[in-house]
Amino acid sequence: MSEIIDDNASTSTAEVAAAASTVEAPSYQNNQSFGQLLRNDLGFLPVLLTLILIVIFFDIVSHGLFLGPQNFSNLFGQVVPLGVFAVGIVPVLLLGEIDLSSAAVGYLCAVIMGVLAERVGWSVGLAIVAALLVGAIIGAINGFLVAVLRIPSFIVTLAAFIAYSGLILFLLFGQTTLIIDKTFILNLTNGPLSYLTNFWGVFLPILGVVLYIASLIFNYSRRKKAGLRTISMGRLIAQSAAVAIVVIAALTILQNYNGVPVAVALLFAFIVIEWLGLTKTTAGRHIYAVGGNTEAARRAGINVTLIRMSVFILCSVMAAVAGILSASRVAAVISGIPQTLQLDIIAAAVIGGVSLFGGRGSAWAVVLGMLVVECLENGLALLNQPTDVAQMVEGAVLILAVTADALIRRAQARSRSGR
Amino acid sequence: MAEYEAVPESEGRPTAQTEVKDESGQVPVLRMEGIGKTFGAVRALRGVGLEVYAGEVVALVGDNGAGKSTLVKTISGVGPADEGEIYVDGKQVTISSPQVASELGIETVYQDLALCDNLDVISNLYLGHELRTRYGTINEIEMERRGLAVLRTLDVKLPSARALVSALSGGQRQSIAVAKTILRNARLVMLDEPTAALGVAQTRQVLNLIRRLKTQGLAVLVISHNMVDVFEVADRVIVMRLGQRVGNFDVKNTTTERVIAAITGAEFGPTKEEVKTAASSEEQTDE
Repeated sequence: MSEIIDDNASTSTAEVAAAASTVEAPSYQNNQSFGQLLRNDLGFLPVLLTLILIVIFFDIVSHGLFLGPQNFSNLFGQVVPLGVFAVGIVPVLLLGEIDLSSAAVGYLCAVIMGVLAERVGWSVGLAIVAALLVGAIIGAINGFLVAVLRIPSFIVTLAAFIAYSGLILFLLFGQTTLIIDKTFILNLTNGPLSYLTNFWGVFLPILGVVLYIASLIFNYSRRKKAGLRTISMGRLIAQSAAVAIVVIAALTILQNYNGVPVAVALLFAFIVIEWLGLTKTTAGRHIYAVGGNTEAARRAGINVTLIRMSVFILCSVMAAVAGILSASRVAAVISGIPQTLQLDIIAAAVIGGVSLFGGRGSAWAVVLGMLVVECLENGLALLNQPTDVAQMVEGAVLILAVTADALIRRAQARSRSGR
Repeated sequence: MAEYEAVPESEGRPTAQTEVKDESGQVPVLRMEGIGKTFGAVRALRGVGLEVYAGEVVALVGDNGAGKSTLVKTISGVGPADEGEIYVDGKQVTISSPQVASELGIETVYQDLALCDNLDVISNLYLGHELRTRYGTINEIEMERRGLAVLRTLDVKLPSARALVSALSGGQRQSIAVAKTILRNARLVMLDEPTAALGVAQTRQVLNLIRRLKTQGLAVLVISHNMVDVFEVADRVIVMRLGQRVGNFDVKNTTTERVIAAITGAEFGPTKEEVKTAASSEEQTDE
């Protein structure tokens, strides 16, 4: 059989094209109905529509306050810790596991940083490194219990949540807040230094868009040259245009106020890195595989234990980063973890389209999901709605999102059996 | 039991004793001798021998609990044998794990196929063995090129090489699972109940696939309950009963009834020639 494989290495473009045309049904891409598109490439559309509806609703009832540059900029700033938490939780959900401890871990790591920097007198840099290290160790403990001892992640991380909440109180000696006055930490999200300069603020996003479009075109031409099926030219243009428009629109609004916050840039850097890691590397592919069919992944020689361990470590380290950013925002580390934070984190990922059953979703889910969650919170706060209403609305939206996820799954299963 | 062993073994290909080569001078891809396996007090396999040649389809049949799956597991490395000798290409080997089996060119397609529904066809083909670019990223284009070529040699029809496996039919999924073994340079492919739970058209597709494997020069070992499929695609049928090999039939020279009789432990019935000449007088056994 080896000769077959070797032959393929030297097959010409024409032969590959011939192989493609004999194996693949003609014009598969073009025959997709709108319903199929909704279930595949355009799966984010319902969430996007929801977000637009929420934004329009709040903009009207708040008489244009909601979409004003200041509130918009504030909203983007507020959303960063949630977004970073969610970036950490996405791979965990992709594995079909859950981490209920990330909010507590984030706050614990922030407290450790605060205590080391303010009370013990360590330098800020060392304190931050220590906080990240603690995050990694906590993640390794969670991962060990889940991946090696095979204890359900729900139980492990719920117990961790309770234990670390207690540890926070212990470390703060019962204090509710410990004020942070180290300028480096404060500058992360406060003051003029927390914004990118106009040059970098415009240059980096535009560079990102240009690189993205270039990679689309590059990939298109390479596939064409190799004789493989390509996406249609129209779709290529539509995809490029959509990305460019969204980025430029957001950039315009942000630049109208103070510019792009450093923390926002950081969040998007995390999202882009995670997206590249999940889609372009073998480790990312293996995360999806383990989430889709663990047994198949194991038989394919994938080290399932290692994958699970590293994903839990990543989640807790990201939580530590989010905790530090969050501490920087309020200029203090606090003992009280916001009640709904953990659920918000998971909701952000799930609303954005990451399946709770594992194996489905993208790093970009974080953007839509966190915006839906944060817009609801910010908008309801803007209208001076009490927390009770806010929580009820949020709960309802979360249920809707999870229901949609389950229904989509069922629809996919049905279309499979129908074929 | 002993009474059954002598008769059918004389049919079909003679079992190699200590000689590595058979009369045609061909070395079997896989040869097993005296394989035994016990689970506690239960002897699941007793002195089982098996040989599969390149370009040959061997069907392994037997009733539930006859030891087929246990035998396959000793070959695939999932459940190594307690005793006996295994030769691959005439060289004695020890198959202690699935990795070892894979390195020896032995690949198994399990009944559940072990595919990731949430990944596309090409990702599944290369799962765990992804090709990389020089930057360390996944080389999607090269994977798709080679994947398509292998799918073509197996005459597989798909909506798209980038279609999710969840969107494929049972026959197509089986084809993907088989194509996966070929991409790993398999020389012996074992298929566990490949046509179970498939429709008529899809069964045909899978049987064609098995013939394709044979023409590619692979050794194929098929476990099946379906006699019609077995007789359509196999060259040789090996019958297991109560942990022992009780029959080795050449498909051209036997009937379904005889194979089924061997499976159930009844009298074998006449061979084709015996039916033609109608000369043999049969003795009834109590079974």
